[in-house]
Amino acid sequence: MAATRTTSPLTKTLWIVAFVLIALWALFPVVWILSLSLKSPSDIANRQFWPTELSWENYDLILFGGAQELFLPALRNSIGICLIATLVAVVLSTLAAYAIARLDFPGKNVVLYMSLAITVFPVISIVTPLFNLWSTIGLYDTWLGLIIPYLSLTLPISIWTLTSFFKEIPWELEQAAQVDGATAFQAFRKVIVPLAAPGVFTTAIIAFFIAWNDFLYGISLTSTSAARPVPAALSFFTGASQFEEPAGSIAAASIVVTIPVIIIVLLFQRQIVSGLTSGAVKG
Amino acid sequence: MAEIELRNLVKRYGDGFPAVNDVSLRIEDGEFVILVGPSGSGKSTVLRMIVGLEDITDGDLLIDGERVNDKAPRDRDLSMVFQNYALYPHLTVYENIAFPLRLDKTSYPEDEVKARVDRAATMLELGEHLERKPANLSGGQRQRVAMGRAIVRDAKAFLFDEPLSNLDAKLRGQMRTEIARMQRNLGVTTVYVTHDQTEAMTLGDKVAVLKRGALQQYASPQELYREPVNIFVAGFIGSPSMNFLPVTNRGNGELESPFGTFRLPEERARGMAEAPELLIAGLRPEAFQDADLLEEDELDRGAVITAEVDVTEWLGNEIYAYLPFEATPEVQESLDELDRDLDGEGMRTQVVAALDPQSRVREGDTVRLFFDPADVMVFDPATGDNLTRDEERAAEITRKSEEARRRALERARSEQGAGGQKRGSGNGAAGAGQSASGRTDAGTGDRTADGGSTTGSTSTGR
Repeated sequence: MAATRTTSPLTKTLWIVAFVLIALWALFPVVWILSLSLKSPSDIANRQFWPTELSWENYDLILFGGAQELFLPALRNSIGICLIATLVAVVLSTLAAYAIARLDFPGKNVVLYMSLAITVFPVISIVTPLFNLWSTIGLYDTWLGLIIPYLSLTLPISIWTLTSFFKEIPWELEQAAQVDGATAFQAFRKVIVPLAAPGVFTTAIIAFFIAWNDFLYGISLTSTSAARPVPAALSFFTGASQFEEPAGSIAAASIVVTIPVIIIVLLFQRQIVSGLTSGAVKG
Repeated sequence: MAEIELRNLVKRYGDGFPAVNDVSLRIEDGEFVILVGPSGSGKSTVLRMIVGLEDITDGDLLIDGERVNDKAPRDRDLSMVFQNYALYPHLTVYENIAFPLRLDKTSYPEDEVKARVDRAATMLELGEHLERKPANLSGGQRQRVAMGRAIVRDAKAFLFDEPLSNLDAKLRGQMRTEIARMQRNLGVTTVYVTHDQTEAMTLGDKVAVLKRGALQQYASPQELYREPVNIFVAGFIGSPSMNFLPVTNRGNGELESPFGTFRLPEERARGMAEAPELLIAGLRPEAFQDADLLEEDELDRGAVITAEVDVTEWLGNEIYAYLPFEATPEVQESLDELDRDLDGEGMRTQVVAALDPQSRVREGDTVRLFFDPADVMVFDPATGDNLTRDEERAAEITRKSEEARRRALERARSEQGAGGQKRGSGNGAAGAGQSASGRTDAGTGDRTADGGSTTGSTSTGR
């Protein structure tokens, strides 16, 4: 639908100003961290925003130098744990959301609101009991020991977003396909899956970010580089001496862990574009 | 090409409510049958039972003599156009139309798919849109894509579920003619669901009128119009709808109405021997004529009533005059019930007369209206039955329209066989089945459409 309403130059200017302000507000910390990561240790306290001289020293430290043993396993843990947690969450929540959106069964609203209730449950209150439990049954400091709590974070939000997405799919298309001669499975594969894919991708990305950003479980349920994820590992960084703040290397590590996130968003932004379903049925 | 037979079909939902109750229909090969009724009449449910999207609780559904109750939709080989088109948004127009063919790769190799899609696209004038996605099409184009998907393979029958209800009035008229032309050209058995009586009358060879899941009458449009079986069918068919007047039975076919007394001709009064005293008389708006425009000797051949005009509406080709009257409580009750059945909104009791535009009648005038008492139908207020229905005449009407249909169908098929090429849809008025599709010309559509809207505006205007 093309916008037929003409906007006055004043409103247009105000929109641009607002846009610039919000962009600055959101990007300023990122640029700051980038600038910090490019300062050499002696340059950190130079009392200016930009580094006096570009230095790759911090990146060198975390990727190839002294902090390598701390950072690289953590990066591997983070990627592995988050991908598995995301995959499981997406598969389970797709099934759950499909059932909630399509079928009529007693207690389906209970399931839906239960999952909403879980999202507001404070993580800090579960961490201590979970620590004791995990230590007893041997899940402490393992990948599985993090994947399970991550699922409790990612599943509810995935179920919610996917349910609302599935409710938007015109299921009459499935019937149309069956009348056109498709089997139930063909109708699902050729019609429903292509329509559901953007919603599933969006949900997967949200779930991945949630798991990727977690700090509390990561720091509490791990002790070694066997399972410690990046956010937790960052807190163990030390400077060259114990009197030196490791701000530069933390900043560099932050930049490194931000890169996969940006790549994922850029890769899937086409899938995230909503409105693919418009035009299926008369709007 | 197929015959479809419904034998005592019943659809009952979980709560035991029968959405469709004991419906029996026989749809001949090549016939265009309309299922019509107000909302909640079960017409869409019947269609969905035929296509297999709705389970049949009881009764038999036969396609070409074979019972298909338990067959999946894909095994019934029917094609359907959905009310909201149900186009696949991720596929182009070409792929949407080709979709049914792609599911059967063995029967339709790639060049056959292309030939068929191109033929359907040409027929529906979609040629230049084939690479676009449904989201970028207008409502009418989407509608044509949905039709293309239905006609692209040789299905046994076409099913339409209110295909035009999402289009605006002008487009609806055009597409209606288009569907009629397509069906005549292809000669495929067609079942069409609508709530619009104009579509039902103009498109159908036969029309099945449903009310609350029960079949009221299954007949040609002409018979429905001239010999309805009951007050519901009489009120549903025709636009503006039939006027219902409370009348008192004075015996011998003499009826006393709020506007004066008149006498039915003997052959019409035959069924009224045991009629109760209070009756409802039905008279179509177009049965009235302005007595001032007629010669005196013409007036002798009919009845003349006198009434005061409340509102007039001038439409160019005719004038609608509204004449209010008071109804007795008993009659009012059955009129109210009828109004509810017809999805009405509690119209005031009034008579609508469609008069010649030369008539000088204006608001507040007292007008003398002429009508032929032979056009009057009389209904029992308790049962709603039409007491003046003439079975012989009804059978005669249906026989004639059936003959006309067969002639048109044969002509279409012989032309297809001889020319080997289907007539393009843009070929104008001339063509196969002209006698039949001639009924669907724009004039009829416009008049009835206007009638509907103007009646509505008067009732809400005060």
